[in-house]
Amino acid sequence: MASSTYITDELRSLRNGGLLQRLRGGDEIAYLITLASAVGILLLVALLVLELWSNSQPTVKTFGWSFLTSSKWDPNSGKFGALPFIYGTCVTSLLALIIAVPLGVASSIFLAEMAPPKFSNILTFLIELLAAVPSVIYGLLGIFILVPLIRAYLVPVLTKTLGFLPIFQGDFYGVSFLSAGLVLSVMVVPFIISVSREVLIAVPVEQREAALALGATKWEATWQIVIPNASTGIIGSVFLALARALGETMAVTMVIGNTPKITASLLSPGYSIAAVIANEFAEASGSLYISSLIFLGLVLFGLTIVINAMARLLILTTSRRGV
Amino acid sequence: MMMEISARRRVTNAVMLSLSGICTLLVIGVLFFILGYLLWEGARSLNLDFFTKLPKPSGETGGGMANAIVGSGKVLLIATLIGVPIGFLAGVFLAEYSGKMFAFTLRYTVDLLNGVPSIVVGIVAYALVVRPMGHFSALAGGVALGIMMIPIAVRTTEEFLRSVPNSMREGAMALGATKAKTIFTVVVPAAISGLLSGMMLNLARVAGETAPLLFTALGNMFWSHGWLQPIATLPVMIYNYALAPDEDLHQQAWAAGFVLLALVLVINITARLIIARGAAGLRR
Repeated sequence: MASSTYITDELRSLRNGGLLQRLRGGDEIAYLITLASAVGILLLVALLVLELWSNSQPTVKTFGWSFLTSSKWDPNSGKFGALPFIYGTCVTSLLALIIAVPLGVASSIFLAEMAPPKFSNILTFLIELLAAVPSVIYGLLGIFILVPLIRAYLVPVLTKTLGFLPIFQGDFYGVSFLSAGLVLSVMVVPFIISVSREVLIAVPVEQREAALALGATKWEATWQIVIPNASTGIIGSVFLALARALGETMAVTMVIGNTPKITASLLSPGYSIAAVIANEFAEASGSLYISSLIFLGLVLFGLTIVINAMARLLILTTSRRGV
Repeated sequence: MMMEISARRRVTNAVMLSLSGICTLLVIGVLFFILGYLLWEGARSLNLDFFTKLPKPSGETGGGMANAIVGSGKVLLIATLIGVPIGFLAGVFLAEYSGKMFAFTLRYTVDLLNGVPSIVVGIVAYALVVRPMGHFSALAGGVALGIMMIPIAVRTTEEFLRSVPNSMREGAMALGATKAKTIFTVVVPAAISGLLSGMMLNLARVAGETAPLLFTALGNMFWSHGWLQPIATLPVMIYNYALAPDEDLHQQAWAAGFVLLALVLVINITARLIIARGAAGLRR
């Protein structure tokens, strides 16, 4: 709308010979420069996809789809398969969600439904600071604090009580899927909390009042009325967290162990897509090696884009319906 | 009978509500643990040498990260020079000029860009800058972080410009100002504190980024001259030192982590307070 009236304005001023004057006034120039920046961003994203695609062609041509299903990663003999990394990325992200979702949703219930607004705002402010902590610092704390703690306390308990499950069998060296999943869960919890809280707050007060008036307890009103109303948005926040977890690099690289293998045991070291790129890219030699890493980047890009798009859609529908 | 059910419900109510409170406490507890631990470890390892000396060759103790501190500054400067102007101008376009369809497309694209994992941005910067030039450089690191700054710069600018009341635009235009003059002398100045804080938040966010720098800026044990050499940065130093098998280097990593986190949190808190005060002012 606005731009089309602008274009007619421009045509009119051209006809009247006023363009030079308007250019001198900076009006057209400002319009064109801002337009160029906006279009530039669209081109940049297109370029980004194009670069990833064209640079991964050698791998696509050599291995085809079997790249995604092969589990052999041996740069020395020129064999590249992505499966161990895809597996590691999925396992650590799911583990992170299993821990972070209950914790995050419960916290958002407290912040939206129970805490007085002022207090809730301060707590939310603090929790959002957690999201600002650089991931390399989570990695640092992961290596030196979390891993020793897991080794000393968590793993003995897990193997003693749940050791009959294959996921808790085998030797524990410290770096593992479990450590990576735990660090990730701390990293994504702030996203779940801040989005879910917004969504819960957007549920109309009348719904709570109606439930309470019918004799529901506070918890029943929250769990049976408010949460179902906000569920789409909460699921959106979970997808958002999932996208973060999938793409998270440094903290995972530092605690996952960087061993490309697929095992059921969470106590075993593994590898993730982002971690293998971070670890091997700078030293990768040979175009097939580099292009395989770039193809992994493309896979990661595709995964996060799809999940992000879904998350935004879900959050958008709830916040619209909620208000 | 009624009483019994009622008691069960009351207990469920109390238990579940306190559980949700406990979860919140747990999350906040993690934050304070991180802050506390870094403060403790970092302060123990921090000394003047950290800010003034170069890293020592491996095997020797002592030394500092002066080059990485300056390096982070240089890379962030390039990133700001790339990300902020492009993002700001595109944000102005979104808020002041754009038609609906284009705005939707651009906003969606920007959100997509925001969701791209940082390591992938690193790959793209490698393909665009490192490969053609044939070597790692501060410029490549700056390009990677600059791309990462664009989405937030766009959305911040759009949001804060939109919060400026239309009456101000109409007032300026009624006085005969052109549209550009209205935007840049009336609307932008009215939103300036929000814009600046938004950009600070943006900078704080990329200041801690490590992944995109691993194979763009790479790292350097010495001073990096100019903009086209590999350059040391604080986050990458933390990464390398944390994984090194040397207790002295671990201490340096803690010190660097402390400095980085302090920087990020101070910028973050300041910017948020300014924005919160601005919002309160508008409400009045």
